[in-house]
Amino acid sequence: MPDEFDYKIEAKADMAASGTSVPPIDYAPVAERPEQELYHSKSWWTTYVFSQDAKYIGIQYTCVATAIALVGLALSLLMRLQLAFPNLSLLDASVYYQFITMHGMIMVVFFLTALFLGGFGNLLIPLMCGARDMVFPYVNMLSFWVFVLAVLVLVASFFVPGGPTGAGWTLYPPQAITAGTPGNLWGIVLMLVSLVLFVIGFTMGGLNYVITVLQARTRGMTLMRLPLSIWGIFVATILALLAFPALLVGGIMLLLDAVLGTSFFMPVSVSMGELLQTEGGSPILFQHLFWFFGHPEVYIVALPAFGIVSDLISVHARKNIFGYRMMVWALVIIGALSFIVWAHHMYVAGMNPWFGYFFATTTLIIAVPTAIKVYNWVLTLWRGNIHLTVPMLFTLGFIITFLNGGLTGLFLGNVVIDVPLSDTYFVVAHFHMVMGIAPVLVVFGAVYHWFPLVTGRMLDQGLGKLHFWITFVGAYMIYTPMYYQGFLGVPRRYFEMYESSYISTVGLNVFITLSALVVGLAQIIFFYNVIRSVLKGEKAEKNPWKANSLEWQTPKMPPEHGNWGEKLPVVYRWPYDFSVPGADKEHIPQNVSPSEVAGAKVEKT
Amino acid sequence: MKKKEETFFQLISQKPWEASQAKLDNKHDGKTLKLSREKIGVRTIMVVSTVIFSFFVVAYADRMLIHDWKNMPEPWLLWINTCILMITSYFFHKTKIASDRSENVKVKNGLFTVGFLSFTFIFGQMLVWYQLLNLGYFAASNVANAFFYMLTTIHGLHLLGGLIFWGLTISKFLKGNYRISKMQRSIELCAIYWHFLLIVWFVLFGLMLFT
Repeated sequence: MPDEFDYKIEAKADMAASGTSVPPIDYAPVAERPEQELYHSKSWWTTYVFSQDAKYIGIQYTCVATAIALVGLALSLLMRLQLAFPNLSLLDASVYYQFITMHGMIMVVFFLTALFLGGFGNLLIPLMCGARDMVFPYVNMLSFWVFVLAVLVLVASFFVPGGPTGAGWTLYPPQAITAGTPGNLWGIVLMLVSLVLFVIGFTMGGLNYVITVLQARTRGMTLMRLPLSIWGIFVATILALLAFPALLVGGIMLLLDAVLGTSFFMPVSVSMGELLQTEGGSPILFQHLFWFFGHPEVYIVALPAFGIVSDLISVHARKNIFGYRMMVWALVIIGALSFIVWAHHMYVAGMNPWFGYFFATTTLIIAVPTAIKVYNWVLTLWRGNIHLTVPMLFTLGFIITFLNGGLTGLFLGNVVIDVPLSDTYFVVAHFHMVMGIAPVLVVFGAVYHWFPLVTGRMLDQGLGKLHFWITFVGAYMIYTPMYYQGFLGVPRRYFEMYESSYISTVGLNVFITLSALVVGLAQIIFFYNVIRSVLKGEKAEKNPWKANSLEWQTPKMPPEHGNWGEKLPVVYRWPYDFSVPGADKEHIPQNVSPSEVAGAKVEKT
Repeated sequence: MKKKEETFFQLISQKPWEASQAKLDNKHDGKTLKLSREKIGVRTIMVVSTVIFSFFVVAYADRMLIHDWKNMPEPWLLWINTCILMITSYFFHKTKIASDRSENVKVKNGLFTVGFLSFTFIFGQMLVWYQLLNLGYFAASNVANAFFYMLTTIHGLHLLGGLIFWGLTISKFLKGNYRISKMQRSIELCAIYWHFLLIVWFVLFGLMLFT
């Protein structure tokens, strides 16, 4: 599949003129670079199971992540039932802790991280950059199957003696591996093994995402012409490559503590009246390692969501994104800052107060680039031609939700406010709003947006709107009362709460649980919509949202293996040329050359 | 055409809407760095590994301050292993030079020597383990021992990972089914990785020696 190299002569002349000697082996000159050899599968297994096509791997990731998320959702609903109706004795204390732990770990790591980077990353990066595939397709395939293995190991922990670990998703030693914590023998080991596998699998995938964005873009696609979705995924992947090692190291050392009885983290401790063999270990070291991963993890989930939202908002408001460069800078700055705020999760761990002072300051600074992003989204909407499509509704829902989740984060970032609130439902509401509901709204928006690209059919808009309103309003009915409960001082992590002399939580808890059940069941609408549309949905026209980015400009929709047919696209502009003043087209896709557009004035962003 | 590489900060302060910039951008070949993707891949892996080992070093430095830390003897065999690893790196460098000059016999011998020495190193490390375990230095008895076993294992696993790529390279080489430039590149990248592991070993060994 040769591409036309219009610049061949020019490039040759350029090289001759500069009089360079033989370039190093590593660098093939522009004009003579052979195109990537595309892998073609030969059997059913390599086409449908061990596929090396990034689009297909993305869908595989999405399906596995969604399947495990349903387990996480079911666990949360069971926990809510227990909290609202303690008299039913649905769960006992240890099962409740196990469910908390598994719900948290599944949703944060195995659902959101895998979905945004593995799912959307694989689907969007090659298509939006104008590549035929990832740079290392075989490694990409391995990455997915290692992830599947990690999920299977995690699920296996439900079926081992003692059940899954109940140490909380933070897995703090010493309690994670001492007697009395549910799953302290088998569950914790499987959890750690699963995390180690996840990190290994992710590193293989992350290598692909970063290098594809850096090196495999099509002609004319500079970094500053990339859609913000790719920027978000790119920065998040770099964060993940640097942050997951901390989890890996902490995980390996905790694993050795659990299996071999070493004392990396285990201090002198008495368990069940007996002195343990361990001594001298430092539990707080684990907390530092965990949160050095844990805080960037928040942004690993949030940055792709930011990027995707920016694209959705621009397409559905028919207006260029406000302050593109500022949006890119904000992503990079947030990414950098996210590595120096981790200890704000440890204010109550007994750190030196000066330490807390430092981390409170950095935490508040990170609000600045984040606020820039929110302002820019709102300014993009300003005087836009807003289409209230389902993706747009989810996007708007995201902005509001992220805003109130983020604002409560400003309070919690301060030591004096965090200390009394840390153990209450205020924190639960905060992190669910900011990194639960908000990213999930983006996921739904993105699914409604890119569904036609994947299947060639539209999702039903009516059902979509119903799904949006129940999910959005329901989420507020769940978490607004939780903020209030937090202010009252209702403690989190308790498996049953009755009336007490100073707080009554029973009524509110019943209300929250009923809302959660409604929201949980409303997701059936979504899955019904997806299945119905895959089978007999309305056929989508090409580029149904009239978007500019490259993924919609493939010769066939859904794109075939190799994405671009004979010729790779050539990019002439950024992906946000909507309603360009004077242009004869309402939107100008990235691969439309200037000569094809009459009268367009260049607009300063 | 751009004459020199721009830094990341220069790249993200481009003004793509300006006509002059658009003209440059339209000719851009879509590559950020003038490096092969394989080389960037190896560098990325080395960065991630460096981060991993740095966390181990930080944990080591933090943990050794606590009173229960009991230093471990360094068997003389470790010095021999270090020498073996240095010689491996030296031979890999020679092999790389030979492959650049397309001296096939030398390359073949060099690759086999490197593989043999690497496996010898791993075997030597296991002998050290055996000695120490016989002397009663168990992982559970003191955390210094645990760090020693853990760090040598992680380092060894990295070497084994490298040996997978060494195996792929040598099997392609023996079949004779390769492009010369590609073969030179894989040998160069393996050599870089081996030098990297040597440096990591110096850091780890030094850490254990001086504490």
